[in-house]
Amino acid sequence: MNQRLSKQATSFFPGSVIRGHWHKQPYTVVSLLGKGAIGSVYLCKRSDGKKVALKISEKSASITTEVNVLKQLSKVQGKLLGPSLFDVDDFLPSSGMRLSFYVMEYVEGKPVPEFLKKRGKDWFGVFLLQLLSDLERLHQHGWVFGDLKLDNILVTDTPPRIRWIDVGGTTQIGRSIKEYTEFYDRGYWQLGTRRAEPSYDLFAVVMLALHYAYPKQFERGTNPEQTLRNKIKQAHVLQPYQVCLERAMKGYYRSSSQMLNELNQLLTKKRVPTQRTQAITKNKLTHTETTFPLIETSAIGFVSTLFFIIYHFFM
Amino acid sequence: MRKGTLKQILLITDGCSNQGEDPAMIASLVAQQGITVNVIGVLEDDQHENPPGLEEVEEIAQAGEGVSQIVYQKALSQTVQTVTKQAMTQTLQGVVNQELKQILGPNQTVESLPPEQRGEVMEVVEDLGETCNVEVLVLVDTSASMQNKIPTVKEALIDLSVSMNARIGKNRFSIYTFPGKRKVVQKVIDWSDKLDTISSVFPKLTSGGITPTGPALKEVMYQFGKSKLIRSMKREDESTIEQAGN
Repeated sequence: MNQRLSKQATSFFPGSVIRGHWHKQPYTVVSLLGKGAIGSVYLCKRSDGKKVALKISEKSASITTEVNVLKQLSKVQGKLLGPSLFDVDDFLPSSGMRLSFYVMEYVEGKPVPEFLKKRGKDWFGVFLLQLLSDLERLHQHGWVFGDLKLDNILVTDTPPRIRWIDVGGTTQIGRSIKEYTEFYDRGYWQLGTRRAEPSYDLFAVVMLALHYAYPKQFERGTNPEQTLRNKIKQAHVLQPYQVCLERAMKGYYRSSSQMLNELNQLLTKKRVPTQRTQAITKNKLTHTETTFPLIETSAIGFVSTLFFIIYHFFM
Repeated sequence: MRKGTLKQILLITDGCSNQGEDPAMIASLVAQQGITVNVIGVLEDDQHENPPGLEEVEEIAQAGEGVSQIVYQKALSQTVQTVTKQAMTQTLQGVVNQELKQILGPNQTVESLPPEQRGEVMEVVEDLGETCNVEVLVLVDTSASMQNKIPTVKEALIDLSVSMNARIGKNRFSIYTFPGKRKVVQKVIDWSDKLDTISSVFPKLTSGGITPTGPALKEVMYQFGKSKLIRSMKREDESTIEQAGN
């Protein structure tokens, strides 16, 4: 074993072996995949040669919490929502403190912006739909993603599909959001609470789109809501989704499937049915609003006349 | 296990205490009363990560059995809420560890359990963190060098109440600054559920260059005692004491 520990407890050089204390599985470090607030993620090789991702941290509690989430996600029916979980263990270096780690599926893919640059920006709409349908399944199961952001998503190949890679912020609906990134957080933009509900994730979807349109992000400004509205309008790449994004930003959608349906109709060139009760955007579609109530009123009138006649003449 | 109230002091300072008792000693004393002391050290934008004067930040938090972090102004909002939540988890885990020792023997802690069982224990800790009541007393250093940071501090505190009020459990906040006018600390806001009222009141800053961190910590320690009395009476009336755990 040529394992060395640098100053930081969770730094490992390629070739180091991380051996579990409880299950005795050895993992050989190949490279560093990323560093976050909670520990580091390494690409490792398992004893059978399979490539896996290993997240290790001195914060045992946080690791345990994330493992709990991954276990919950594996129970959701259909395509896997997060990476699948393989092993959970402790690593006890000869010197230093106990480290906790878990081993999961290594999701091989490209970051979303990189993929779109290569294959065309139209794919973004498809990814939004995929993202929303994944979110719908998650919400149905009683969970909210929480820390949804561009960096937590990869595009896997054949066929191109988005996958979530970091699900550490996933929170039970009704609780307080466990982990968030300021730019993506509706509390920061003064557009809602930090309570875990579907609309919290949908707001993050809007910010994800904005982050893609403005890679350098932008300041909150004195009127956060106005800032966001302007940014959505000014982004040329987001033009096809503008109506939906603006609505999600304002917390209009109660569920992911509602946004999914509207976005789907936008993308397949149908008009978004405007809801009479809660018309938020003032756009060209307003004339449909006036025709529907007319039809409905006359229908009601017609039916009641009919009943009246029946009652009057036959009873 | 009875679901009690977690008590925290959140000290926001740029270090360099220079008057009165050793703040770390006071923090130990405060911790003995069941109150956690968390410390956030605020850096100047042109300062390095480990400037002199901020060493005491970590020491005070360790003595106060709390969490500390040193940050630039820009990151203050997010830090204030992570530090508060981390400290809550830490305290609750300490409580759970105590219980485990009673059940399983003196050498058992959450960490010494195999990973499978640890998961279940963490779920209990998380449940407690979500549902317990929390009292946070914010103690802000307003000595001359902190002057330009006060607007950011205000913003961070409002943000803290947004985070905390998303929880199921109840919260109470109060804010004190130091040094006060002819006294050690100055009350800015008395115990209340929300912090969105603070935009108006932060007292005019006193000059003179004294930073009596130790005495200020000692002074605010007593503010918990007062509120506890009132609250425990209220509690008995409403009989809202619940049992935690499964």
